[in-house]
Amino acid sequence: MNNNMAKGVNRKSAWVKIKKHWQLYFVILIPLSYIIIFKYIPMLGAQIAFKNYNIGKGIWGSPWVGFKHFIDFFRSYEFKRLIINTAGLSVYQTLAGFVPPIILAVSLNYAENRVIRKTVQMVTYMPYFISTVILVSIMFQLLSINGMVNQVVKAIIGEPIQFLGEPKWFKTIYVWSGIWQTTGYNAIIYLAALAGIDQTLYEAAIVDGASIWKRIWYIDIPGILPTAIILLIMSTARILEVGFEKVYLLQNNMNIQSSDVISTYVYRVGLVSMQYSYSSAIGLFQSVISLIMLTLVNAVARKVSETSLW
Amino acid sequence: MKNSGKSIHNSISDSVFKIINYTFLFICFMIVIFPLMNVVSTSLSSPKAVAAGKVWIWPVEPSLVAYEKILGNKQIWTGFYNSFFYTFFGTLINVILTIMAAYPLSRKDFFGRQAIISIFVFTMMFSGGMIPTYLLIKDLGLINTRWAMIIPNALTVWNVMLARTFFQNTIPVELYEASELDGASDTVIITKVVIPLSAPILAVLTLFYAVGHWNSYFNALLYLKSQELMPLQVVLRNFMSSVNLIQNMLGPITKEQAELISLVDVMKYAIIVFASIPVIILYPFVQKHFVKGVMIGSIKG
Repeated sequence: MNNNMAKGVNRKSAWVKIKKHWQLYFVILIPLSYIIIFKYIPMLGAQIAFKNYNIGKGIWGSPWVGFKHFIDFFRSYEFKRLIINTAGLSVYQTLAGFVPPIILAVSLNYAENRVIRKTVQMVTYMPYFISTVILVSIMFQLLSINGMVNQVVKAIIGEPIQFLGEPKWFKTIYVWSGIWQTTGYNAIIYLAALAGIDQTLYEAAIVDGASIWKRIWYIDIPGILPTAIILLIMSTARILEVGFEKVYLLQNNMNIQSSDVISTYVYRVGLVSMQYSYSSAIGLFQSVISLIMLTLVNAVARKVSETSLW
Repeated sequence: MKNSGKSIHNSISDSVFKIINYTFLFICFMIVIFPLMNVVSTSLSSPKAVAAGKVWIWPVEPSLVAYEKILGNKQIWTGFYNSFFYTFFGTLINVILTIMAAYPLSRKDFFGRQAIISIFVFTMMFSGGMIPTYLLIKDLGLINTRWAMIIPNALTVWNVMLARTFFQNTIPVELYEASELDGASDTVIITKVVIPLSAPILAVLTLFYAVGHWNSYFNALLYLKSQELMPLQVVLRNFMSSVNLIQNMLGPITKEQAELISLVDVMKYAIIVFASIPVIILYPFVQKHFVKGVMIGSIKG
């Protein structure tokens, strides 16, 4: 505050600014306290990862054990499987989900018929609003022995496939149902990027006699590439973050070998088996890796494209 | 001469493009709509036709028997009521808190703005995790209360940033200055200037939060125990899995049991449709706002 005051007559001092907008501090106090209580206190609570949590003694009173739980986790039988499943699922998801929204956006962008364009847009966004429980329920039904998919499978190979009962199908089912659900939504961002391209580029290209294919290749693709790269880089930061709900809901004893990811394991060990400290350590390990990855990836993004999150 | 040759070539290639393009869009349309039509049509068909695998895209032997069964189930209505309750009050609190955070952070002359933004944004990158959050909710005595479905999700930082970007881009600074010259305080500016100009962002926030509440499953799984408090998503899930269990345990079955099983199968489709109805009804109205929301989000504030 003193520093600000010393900066001279032209700049209002901090105190004057605070006084002028004192009401705003009251307004923001409520959401700010909310964030502190419900987001920052759990961060302090994460110290139980370094303790042996004891319900009687509470978070602060439980005895310290250092990195014991982390070491136990790294040495455990599940560690390798969880990392492979989690990273495998998110890499598969990122790679397979990268191109479809771009193609859909470019395709919609060149659909001159307004009715067709609006209809396809409206229908392809729709799955995004379907809840995970409903999506998974639909998949249960369509992939069941008597479901729509197996009617086709039976016609082709003679017998139905137990899609949700075999570990080898899990990742494919997870990823492609996700693509079905989110491609329309993800295309919106690319449509915005396409709308931002300078129109004179197209006019010049048409004068020069460039076909639509060439315009896509030389104008549209370069125009949306920065957006695409940022989205791609950002998703690599989330390599150890796979949404809990859908994996949990698709998981069963038969496919768990390939469907067990960090978040579902934390839930099982922590809330079902009540090993609070051990599961907090695993969760904290995941959060820290994600934070490090995000910081690194943001630095790379800034270098590559002058666009970054912060 | 050379140019006209090229343009004929191009018009052929462009026509080919258009055919491929519309075909592609048609395929996308079918891929999305087909499973949904199948679910809706199955729910409206007779159990016998479903068991025989006759239903594809239109109902076969139309029948409402599955809906009669599920609408007569008390648990489903309890779930529906609970979901409605959580969605309504949850969204109300969400929108109020979001505006309370976003407006001050949108004012460039708000001292300490950057520091508070950092406090908010950091929570998007790092979290204490599932277990410490659970322990906090437990220590606060919220486990197995209706509050557990509202409080832990009372504010989404991403939406705060969305609203903040909207305020910065749409409400001119001059308007604030003029109001301040007229002697309006900040609370008056919020209620008399900002809120009336914010219909689009209020619609977007309401939509994002409401759909989130209606669809949420995770918090109920973590924080609720009694059946009377469960939202529709949990009721739906329990129904889907319990019936699977019965089917798997039965072994050799009689004709009556087989009929019962196929009825239950159609009921599953019906309950899927029933749980989606509020979102389906709202969807055409909200779609426009939804696109707007994603667009605002893609512009860096």
